[in-house]
Amino acid sequence: MDSFTTPLLAGTATGALLLIAALGLALTFGQMGVINMAHGEFLMAGAYTAFLTQQVISNTDISILVAIPVAFVVAGLLGLLLEMTVISWMYRRPLDTLLVTVGVSLVLQQLAKDIFGAQGDPVESPGWLDGNVDVFGYNWPYRQMFTIVLALVSLCVLAALLKYSSFGRQIRATVQNRDLAETVGVRTRVVDRLTFFLGSGLAGVGGVAVSLISGTNPRLGTTYIISAFLVVVAGGLGQLKGTVIAAFAVGIATAFFADWTSASMAQVATFALVVVFLQLRPQGLFTVRSRGLA
Amino acid sequence: MIERLPLVHHSRSRLAAGAVLALTVSLGLAACGNKDSEGSSAKSCVDTSGDTIKLGFLNSTSGAMAISEQTVRDSLTLAAEEINADGGILGKEIEFVEEDGASDPAIFAEKIEKLLTGDCVAAVFGGWTSASRKAMLPVVEANNGLLFYPVQYEGLEASENIYYTGATTNQQIIPAMEFLADEGVETLFLAGSDYVFPRTANKIIKQYAEELGIEIVGEEYVPLDDDDWTTQVAKIVEAEPDFVFNTINGSSNVGFIKAYYEQGLSPETSPIISVSIAEEEAPAMGKDVTGQYAAWNYFQSVESPANATFIEAFQDRFGSERPTSDPMEAAYTSLYLYKNLVEAADSFDVDDINESADGVTFEAPEGLVTIDGDNHHIAKTALIGRINSDNQFDVVWSSDGPIEPDPFLEGYSWWDASAE
Repeated sequence: MDSFTTPLLAGTATGALLLIAALGLALTFGQMGVINMAHGEFLMAGAYTAFLTQQVISNTDISILVAIPVAFVVAGLLGLLLEMTVISWMYRRPLDTLLVTVGVSLVLQQLAKDIFGAQGDPVESPGWLDGNVDVFGYNWPYRQMFTIVLALVSLCVLAALLKYSSFGRQIRATVQNRDLAETVGVRTRVVDRLTFFLGSGLAGVGGVAVSLISGTNPRLGTTYIISAFLVVVAGGLGQLKGTVIAAFAVGIATAFFADWTSASMAQVATFALVVVFLQLRPQGLFTVRSRGLA
Repeated sequence: MIERLPLVHHSRSRLAAGAVLALTVSLGLAACGNKDSEGSSAKSCVDTSGDTIKLGFLNSTSGAMAISEQTVRDSLTLAAEEINADGGILGKEIEFVEEDGASDPAIFAEKIEKLLTGDCVAAVFGGWTSASRKAMLPVVEANNGLLFYPVQYEGLEASENIYYTGATTNQQIIPAMEFLADEGVETLFLAGSDYVFPRTANKIIKQYAEELGIEIVGEEYVPLDDDDWTTQVAKIVEAEPDFVFNTINGSSNVGFIKAYYEQGLSPETSPIISVSIAEEEAPAMGKDVTGQYAAWNYFQSVESPANATFIEAFQDRFGSERPTSDPMEAAYTSLYLYKNLVEAADSFDVDDINESADGVTFEAPEGLVTIDGDNHHIAKTALIGRINSDNQFDVVWSSDGPIEPDPFLEGYSWWDASAE
């Protein structure tokens, strides 16, 4: 029983974490077509925000809850800054953006090293996340359930925002046909910036969840960026549905492979699985039928 | 609830997706690449005619290893200042040249060549990761230079041009197993990072465990840059071992320790014995690790006059909040051993030093250490410490005096290097 429930539950939690990281990418990469290799560093910024919040509010029961909105804003503002200073000059030049943001990612990592030191800082779990519940022999930590809840809440908020708010409609209009959106009065530059803010902010929220697993360290973002891109590509661009399914599939598959073989082999196996899948279905899980001319 | 959104530049995005995959793969591969520097066979250019003698300090003061290696640099600086205040080496004042290895083995190789052939230093002190040592080895041998390496490592190496002042496996790993046997441990779980040190250490542990009648109930590795230990810790919970042997390195320890406590493990059920958590790391775990164990050859809590002097001098110089740790002590000791080696040989020449190296001693903070002239390691006492609530270690076990270094484990009949 253990060899089934353990990877299933642990993998679901890993998948939830991937989902938060990938949601932001699904927006900036999937919808706007911007390849932002520095997205992982927004996760890192979120983790450091959790650490700093804990320095200010020493009550860990509260500080982690405060850290979530603060991390959203901090990472969002970093994203906004990146969009305004770098990416806005490179729309429609995806390969240039890719190279430049790899550079930005390295700069941000070195910056974190200089400010906080190369060794990570500890982030203490709040008391109400200590402990676990026995599910068929697996001591399922509360922290993992919290990650799953956080991911689902982020997903619902984002989906509702896109569907029902006027800002969501403007994003969709801009994505579908930028020129037409402009002619009907959508200020597409503002929409771009807000979308980038939202996507980066979500990564910040993910960073808070990551900090509960491993504390902070400057390389934290690099651990997740590859898997996050993998999830978005496998899920199919332009759709949240695909991202959600792909995130949980990758998380759970990795956990099962790790259970059967080793953690190192699991990464290789999952990667290989996704590559094979993309060979068979290059467009990812879900395709979008577009009447766009491009 | 979930949105269906069309995409404008569909084909371009797909191209971009492919590019991301290609880039991430190539980045990963590039990180694995590593070139060895070729050493020139220049004659020694060390100048011993003046009032000073040049030594090189080569540690990473930038990059991922900086946090650890800076502590080594600090204690080397302290030792040099103390020796100079006391009249220098053979009456010559130490003039130290500092270089940054930048946490990159290729840069270590490049810099040690520069120190030996450009600055003409008489000896180099530094290195931390095994990769950095392996990169420096051919250079220091080609130039017939001297390197003092201050960190415990996986053994199976001995060079005429390197002195190893950290522990080899029979001074840390094997004594730790003896401690576990003394404790009556019957089942052991191995958790390590996926690279050369943990793999080698666990190979030794498994063979010795068979000899001692300890059953290995699990063995898990996680890549160095991966911090999520949840699935592997679940296997520890299931196996219920008497002890966990931890050879995880660096920040991955944090993820391991968090997952361990999250899933309800504790020192009462399955305590951990670690070989890379010291005074510096214990407070950085984000969990109270009181009651867990570590195997080293030095703890700040060691009671000896030499250690009291060392701690006081170090904290006077670098701040009273700074802990002292095993690699720092081994680095401090290495400079004094060099002084004693030179004075025993009455020469700065490498061949003269090697000639008279056997039996050279130093009353180090960890206790008396003695150089073995054959393998260039030093005899050290093994200690097991238990972490107390101040993140210091209470010594709970020690070997009967200093253990002779045996890097190739030739004196251990159960050891079979060729076995899987």
